[in-house]
Amino acid sequence: MVVSNKNPVISAISLVLTLFSTAVLFILLNAHFAAAIQVLVYAGAIMVLFLFTVMFLNIKDDELRFDALNIPRRLTFLFVFIIIVGYFASKLFITSKSFSKLSDPENFGTVKEVGTLLFTDYLLPFELTSILIVVAIVGVVVIAKVRKA
Amino acid sequence: MEITVSHYIVLSAILFAIGVYGVMTRRNILVVLMCLELMLNACNLAFIAFSKLHGGMAGHVFILMTITVAAAEVAVGLAFVVAIYKQRQSLDIDLLKILKG
Repeated sequence: MVVSNKNPVISAISLVLTLFSTAVLFILLNAHFAAAIQVLVYAGAIMVLFLFTVMFLNIKDDELRFDALNIPRRLTFLFVFIIIVGYFASKLFITSKSFSKLSDPENFGTVKEVGTLLFTDYLLPFELTSILIVVAIVGVVVIAKVRKA
Repeated sequence: MEITVSHYIVLSAILFAIGVYGVMTRRNILVVLMCLELMLNACNLAFIAFSKLHGGMAGHVFILMTITVAAAEVAVGLAFVVAIYKQRQSLDIDLLKILKG
């Protein structure tokens, strides 16, 4: 749905659906914190940004004609798709390991555990992500400003 | 049928492949960005599945970073999209050939 639809708005809403489904899978895997940030950041912030841009640009229907079906291109990449998925499927079903035999630690996936790990073992990467965000914000402001002038 | 880690990994591979397929075939730059999000999301799913398999919490930390990178990438990408659209009134990525040196 995300890929095949011609209208970007419907693509975006399908992507929200996919992200929500992934969040449900995270809950099934006992990753509650990951599921929460998935819904908040991905399905909330990022998708609002996407929809805002689509609405902001106000694209007419006839401007989307260029994205019509391109059969040879699509067939080629369909082959790539089948090869990738087939490779992983054949490789991984041999070494299949059941989850039910595994027992989780006491508070696996809670915010407390993630936070403890984040501020002890992974402090430097965490700080680097904050720098990345600052760089991104400054970059966006610069890009937006130059075009106005 | 029991759900094993390989089901999650295969689902993750399928999601990633759909993302690659979209990036390669679509010419609308907005949809290409959405497919990039799909690929990052597939990585997150694999991270969480392996984290569960090994009982460690490192995967959860890493998907926090993946999501941060995704947010930054989308913000910058959409700023570019708006700038490009203002300049050439189109979202066709095949029109961006002027970037070549």
